[in-house]
Amino acid sequence: MIRADNTPREPYKDYFDWYSGQDRGHLIGKSQDAENIFRKTGITFAVYGHADSSEKLIPFDIIPRIISAKEWRKLAQGIEQRVIALNAFLDDIYHKQEIIRAGRVPRELIERNTAFLPQMIGFRPPGGVYTHIVGTDIVRTGEDQFYVLEDNARTPSGVSYMLENRETMMQMFPELFHLNKVKRVEDYPLLLRQSLASLAPPGCKGKPRVAVLTPGIYNSAYYEHSFLADTMGVELVEGSDLRVIDGKVKMRTTRGYQAIDVLYRRVDDDFLDPLTFRPDSQLGIPGIMDVYRSGNITIANAPGTGISDDKAIYSYMPEIVEFYTGRKAILENVPTYRCSEPDTLTYVLENLADLVVKEVHGSGGYGMLVGPTASKKERADFAEKLKAKPNNYIAQPTLSLSTVPILVNKGIAPRHVDLRPYVLVSDKVQIIPGGLTRVALKQGSLVVNSSQGGGTKDTWVLED
Amino acid sequence: MLGRTANGLYWMFRYIERAENIARLIDAGLRMSLTRSGASDEDWDGVLHSAGVREAYAEVHARLTGVDAIDYLLRDRSNPSSVMSCIEFGRNNARMVRTALTRETWEATNECWMELKQLLARKVKSPDLPQAIDVIKRRAGLIRGAFHGSMLRNELYNFARIGTFIERADNTSRILDVKYYVLLPSVSAVGSSLDNVQWESILRSVSAHRSYSWVYDAEYRPANIADFLILNGQMPRSLAYCYEKIVSNLHYLEKEYGERLPAHDTADAIRARLQTMSIQEIMDRGLHEFLELFVSRNNQLSQEITEGYRFYQ
Repeated sequence: MIRADNTPREPYKDYFDWYSGQDRGHLIGKSQDAENIFRKTGITFAVYGHADSSEKLIPFDIIPRIISAKEWRKLAQGIEQRVIALNAFLDDIYHKQEIIRAGRVPRELIERNTAFLPQMIGFRPPGGVYTHIVGTDIVRTGEDQFYVLEDNARTPSGVSYMLENRETMMQMFPELFHLNKVKRVEDYPLLLRQSLASLAPPGCKGKPRVAVLTPGIYNSAYYEHSFLADTMGVELVEGSDLRVIDGKVKMRTTRGYQAIDVLYRRVDDDFLDPLTFRPDSQLGIPGIMDVYRSGNITIANAPGTGISDDKAIYSYMPEIVEFYTGRKAILENVPTYRCSEPDTLTYVLENLADLVVKEVHGSGGYGMLVGPTASKKERADFAEKLKAKPNNYIAQPTLSLSTVPILVNKGIAPRHVDLRPYVLVSDKVQIIPGGLTRVALKQGSLVVNSSQGGGTKDTWVLED
Repeated sequence: MLGRTANGLYWMFRYIERAENIARLIDAGLRMSLTRSGASDEDWDGVLHSAGVREAYAEVHARLTGVDAIDYLLRDRSNPSSVMSCIEFGRNNARMVRTALTRETWEATNECWMELKQLLARKVKSPDLPQAIDVIKRRAGLIRGAFHGSMLRNELYNFARIGTFIERADNTSRILDVKYYVLLPSVSAVGSSLDNVQWESILRSVSAHRSYSWVYDAEYRPANIADFLILNGQMPRSLAYCYEKIVSNLHYLEKEYGERLPAHDTADAIRARLQTMSIQEIMDRGLHEFLELFVSRNNQLSQEITEGYRFYQ
């Protein structure tokens, strides 16, 4: 956010004028206040595999990340283009598979992929929408240089932080919102509900009934599930509340069973229906896939969308965007090495120290190697894993990510960030102006995942 | 509303009520050990019985001591009725029904859990006990206050209230039943000082030692104490009061849903009994038998509500 000549970039000007008049001790006190607000509200997440795994807070930094209207317009166009392509791609691979026939994406990459669901072949979800909610992960490497890191077309999380971060900032620094005209993100729950309701199945008569499906209170994102149900004003259900009766999915209420028309599920494909997928799942609803295929419920996002945000598919995104939209991708892809190709594997092994290696199906920053910061031994160990299962990995160069300021005890310091804007798809594509900015709190670190010690910031998109 | 949500609200408020009642029992026990010369650890026997955990305690501790009993009641996780367990279960239920609670109610519950988790992380030293008990009661009061001040008076409210009063009626009847023999008229008509201590302890267990004096002219009489805790409609922890509330909340549900369930008949019948019987009749027929029957009828009602409103299936 600071230029080489040490002046703040344009969108930060007003914020910086304000900041320079503030007492640092006072601001650090405000950081503590923010933490108390989060703790009291219970805005927590669970880290799996920790002994005291119960509940952790995601650190919050009180300096907003600010994006100008002009910068946002470019991002929004790029995201819209990509989301349209993702949906077209999904419709295609579950129907005519023209992109495979055109030789742009290898067949085995799709059909041997566990995220590809044969159950979806030939089925078109209501409204033709597969990914109702998308969270595109974006990084910036220069003033006008944005890269898409991941498309997150399954069940992107974190939107509750976008909303709570804004709420907290408005509570703590109301004056800042007079000085800066910041675009609203608060309408997200209403837009989400309208967007979901507008894609109710054809069999739905009257006002569609929407519900959020959660794995339950021990899930790491449970807070978000309850938050979304609450702010949308719809029921938060668990698998045990639901049952298939007379060809509809119904929930058990104190007065008997009531049908649900649209299910915003925060349960993975595998667990959705024990009759179709994992038979040991306690989280799903036996028979829901039959109801789905007979057009009596909308599931958001559709089962099988994972095939479009798979890390192995990611490297084909420029082709995919061009194939379906007829234009070059506005947002760039990070160059990606497919370790499944022997020559590429050799290259990756020789250049491990400069690369980030990720598991194809991994998420949350688990099971990855950050070459430049890893020790020799870590790299050697990882090389063995890579050789054993090259199909399981992709590699990318480390980008020189942009930094934004965070508040530390000594004042402000630069840290690397990414950005996840949220997108709603119905008969239109709506991109909420803002998103979740995740920040690596450790100096020099490039890993922003909350499970790996990352924090968050409020993200401002300014009005023109 | 979901059957699971009704269940969650019902148990959230049962557990919070129970936590508070356990704190009161400890308070009464402490008081007794302070005011009686030659106080013995045996006093805690009655307290553990009232809390319904005497046998479970014996599985963990070979000997009965005040220190162990207090710790078991306050913070032992293996005791599902310890204050800490109750608050933990109560808060878990609150998290489950988070969308049904106002922000104020949820935050009061969450903050209660946060503070008690810290307070009860280690054994509470005996000089700090009164303060710890105070914190528990105050935190429970804050939850109740937030709930009353902010929740809509609808079905959610009804299930929460029914849970509160079923639990409270259960607690009050257990307290009485453990000590019923000190209230029997044959023991003595006018209390010795030993009796006075016992009687006061009963009243203190339900935070009623002051209010009793206002209603019954500051004179401890077993029949009056029993009357106060069983039949007095003004006493907020009496069985009669609890059933007034249970019946009225159940009737809201009946009206709202247009459906009368077996639970309505059971609750009406229990209330009718409490309205028509005199304390003399209860004493004559046997206080213990009366209380035993009451506890089982109260459990039956809970079961009928669980089934009638589809808590689990």
